Amino acid sequence: MTLAGAVLTITRRNAVHSAIWLIVSLLGVAGLYLLLHAEFLFATQIMLYIGGIMVLFLFVIMLVNLDEAAKQSQFNKQWPLALACAIAVGAEILFILAKGSKAFPLPAPAINPETGGNTEAIAVSLFSDYLLPFELASILLLVAIVGSVVMAKKRI
Amino acid sequence: MQIGTGHYLVLSTALLLIGTLGVLTRRNVVIILMSIELILNAVNLNLIAFSRHYGHVTGQIFAIFVITAAVAEAAVGLGILIALFRNKGTVLADEIDLLKW
Repeated sequence: MTLAGAVLTITRRNAVHSAIWLIVSLLGVAGLYLLLHAEFLFATQIMLYIGGIMVLFLFVIMLVNLDEAAKQSQFNKQWPLALACAIAVGAEILFILAKGSKAFPLPAPAINPETGGNTEAIAVSLFSDYLLPFELASILLLVAIVGSVVMAKKRI
Repeated sequence: MQIGTGHYLVLSTALLLIGTLGVLTRRNVVIILMSIELILNAVNLNLIAFSRHYGHVTGQIFAIFVITAAVAEAAVGLGILIALFRNKGTVLADEIDLLKW
């Protein structure tokens, strides 16, 4: 489901269709997070990506007139080279993974079941060990908000 | 057959390659930005698979920071895209060639 959604995202002609297939792909990834016992990230993925980013994308698709672009050729001229490079890199990574596959035994049991679950573990770690990066992330978001407003404004 | 960390790594490789292909071959800037989201999701999947592998939440913390960076990047990228469309009237990446000679 994830891969099919991803392939359809990059091949559809209409950008709205691409966005909807991207939602399918992101939902697949969210399901994989749930399978990996990362419940907090599952919720974050659904709320932020599917709720936030995709609404942003759809707004921009509506704002920007894409009818002209949809009629023209969708892929640029260097696509055979790009395909060859991607296949080469993929073969390399898969070769390395196949060589090292013995290094990945089946995963350990779930993360500290006695401390009360995944969200608590993340919260404790985020607000004790990673407090400074957390605050830096808030500053990054502030800068991004100001930057995008300035960029999208007609005249400053 | 049980699903191990290696299977997640293969899936995330495939997702990364599809995203890279999207960035390299599409002409529409909106879809290039969506492909970047795909790449960041592949990274997150890797981080969380290893977080489960080692029984440690650090990978999930980093995935949260990656999501934060992805949100910031999407907001700024789409702001740039709107400004670009207003000034140039196109969203096709290879028609924006002001820096070429």
